[in-house]
Amino acid sequence: MATLAAAPGRPAVRQRSLSSKARWARRAPLLPALVFTVVVTQVPFLATIVISTLHWNVLKPGEKSFAAFSNYKTVATDDRLRTAVVNTVVLTASVVLLSLAIGLGLAVLLDRRFPGRGLARTLLIAPFLVMPAASALIWKHMIYNPDYGLLNGVLNAVAKVYGGHGPSIAWVSAHPMPAVVVSQVWQWTPFMMLILLAGLQAQPGDVLEAARVDGAKGLDTFRYITLPHLRQYLELATLLGSIYILQTFDAIFTITQGGPGTATTNLPYEIYQTMFRKYEYGEAAAAGVVVVIGTIIVATFALRVISSLFREEQGA
Amino acid sequence: MSTTLDASTETVRPATAGGSTRRRLPRRTKEPDLAARGGMAWTVLAWLLTLLFFAPVAWMVLTSFHKEADAATNPPSVFAPLTGANYSALFDRDVMPFLVNSATASIVSTLLVLVLAVPAAYALSIKKVEKWTDVMFFFLSTKFLPAIAALLPVYLIVKHLGMLDNVYTLVILYTSMNLPIALWMMRSFLAEVPVEILEAAQMDGAGLLRVLWNVVRPVVMPGLAATALICFIFSWNEFMFAVNLTATRSSTAPVFLVGFISSEGLFLAKLCAAATLVSLPVLIAGFAAQDKLVRGLSLGAVK
Repeated sequence: MATLAAAPGRPAVRQRSLSSKARWARRAPLLPALVFTVVVTQVPFLATIVISTLHWNVLKPGEKSFAAFSNYKTVATDDRLRTAVVNTVVLTASVVLLSLAIGLGLAVLLDRRFPGRGLARTLLIAPFLVMPAASALIWKHMIYNPDYGLLNGVLNAVAKVYGGHGPSIAWVSAHPMPAVVVSQVWQWTPFMMLILLAGLQAQPGDVLEAARVDGAKGLDTFRYITLPHLRQYLELATLLGSIYILQTFDAIFTITQGGPGTATTNLPYEIYQTMFRKYEYGEAAAAGVVVVIGTIIVATFALRVISSLFREEQGA
Repeated sequence: MSTTLDASTETVRPATAGGSTRRRLPRRTKEPDLAARGGMAWTVLAWLLTLLFFAPVAWMVLTSFHKEADAATNPPSVFAPLTGANYSALFDRDVMPFLVNSATASIVSTLLVLVLAVPAAYALSIKKVEKWTDVMFFFLSTKFLPAIAALLPVYLIVKHLGMLDNVYTLVILYTSMNLPIALWMMRSFLAEVPVEILEAAQMDGAGLLRVLWNVVRPVVMPGLAATALICFIFSWNEFMFAVNLTATRSSTAPVFLVGFISSEGLFLAKLCAAATLVSLPVLIAGFAAQDKLVRGLSLGAVK
């Protein structure tokens, strides 16, 4: 609608009068990408749906048979899977909210001009750029290790100053979920910060100036002008972040292997285990379909947010 | 929506053609003033938090230059003597094939993504196909499908085709993983090419290829570079497909890294050297193009 209004009598009319040959010439550059994407992403998804209706365990060849919805029933009633759903929600929600809050704080701090601001920004994005598998290993062995990890090391050093003795906590086994959450918050905060900082810097200066002239205090300006302006950016960061964090695999695989027990098994890791440890292909596929449905619910909101940004651009 | 508003922006457009209107928004003019009021405390806080966030990276790099005996001490030793031995040990241990596999998978898939995404983005921005927004959202929706849900069928198909442990399997998967991102980014860059310039060039009798090469290419080059960078980063760091679909011949750097501990026991300093080495390409590229990173990460929605 915006396009139609924006260009009266130009592309709209021209498009209608195009011959079918011209229309195909227009589509031609799009087709390779479209065909590739349909083949590589939609075919596996259809296959997942088909496999999810089969009894299929690789360890029991010859017992492959049609199962209708029984895999879905298993998925719905299995305790492990229910735990995995809860863990996924806890992990995703806490990582998104914490990294968003810290990211906002950092973005506000970095929006000011101060000595070495450029360098600070560069250092701050490093956690996001370090290979996720590498940072998972670093957190597990260098920071959380009970004997020589940085965390206990620093606590011990501080305790020594006061003449005491620091703790020797095995962080990963004692507090598995917080350990994973902290490492992920560390990794994702820069992502949130970058998007929110872009939002802050896109604030029209004259509005802020006017607010200042009108005598608004810093906090009021933030609450009533900056936050509403940032809303779209906050939404975008939340939704893109959720979609990536929902899929967390590297950190779980490396730091806790889903344990102890199932304390940190999230859905991706549970599906991986069903597939490559239990070899229950049908069940894994059904769980996969359920994850896709869950993600589509989140993604629907995401698309609405992104399309609002999109519409703004079209109108501009 | 209001037709009058849209129409008025349209009439304004030629005046600002040639540059994005956004870039001309008045920036805060009194920044130093505001900063002075904030004072030192905020600056100190900003730097403290920055150093806190950077500390694990700094510690990783520092430890990678320590001897094993100095790496695992409690309390941690900061001033232990430095050595490059861990890095040379890595190369003795044949890290090269893994780096080559990573480079192949990342670079080839990035090129493939660009070859597919640039013409498609052209069809979605300059000479628009009908229903182009629907097409855009279709591509994006594939990004929302969790990769893990596709792992099983992909594994079975790849196995059936005899392409397990083949680096080109990763190339294809990484291409499909990054194509939607690249398409969205490239579309937003191509949409910035002013229509007036294109029409003027065509009026002067320039052919399509000439217009693309002489007019469009210079404008979108920085965007193309940013897109390539984002695709490279995501491919280089990808772990799940790599660990499940490769074995001995075509494993990539993250798989090497994770296998490192199970095969050798824990050598902290060597682990840090390996982690630093495999993260280095992305760190360098990301630092160099940090301003472009935002636009890529937000699919071109945020400038």
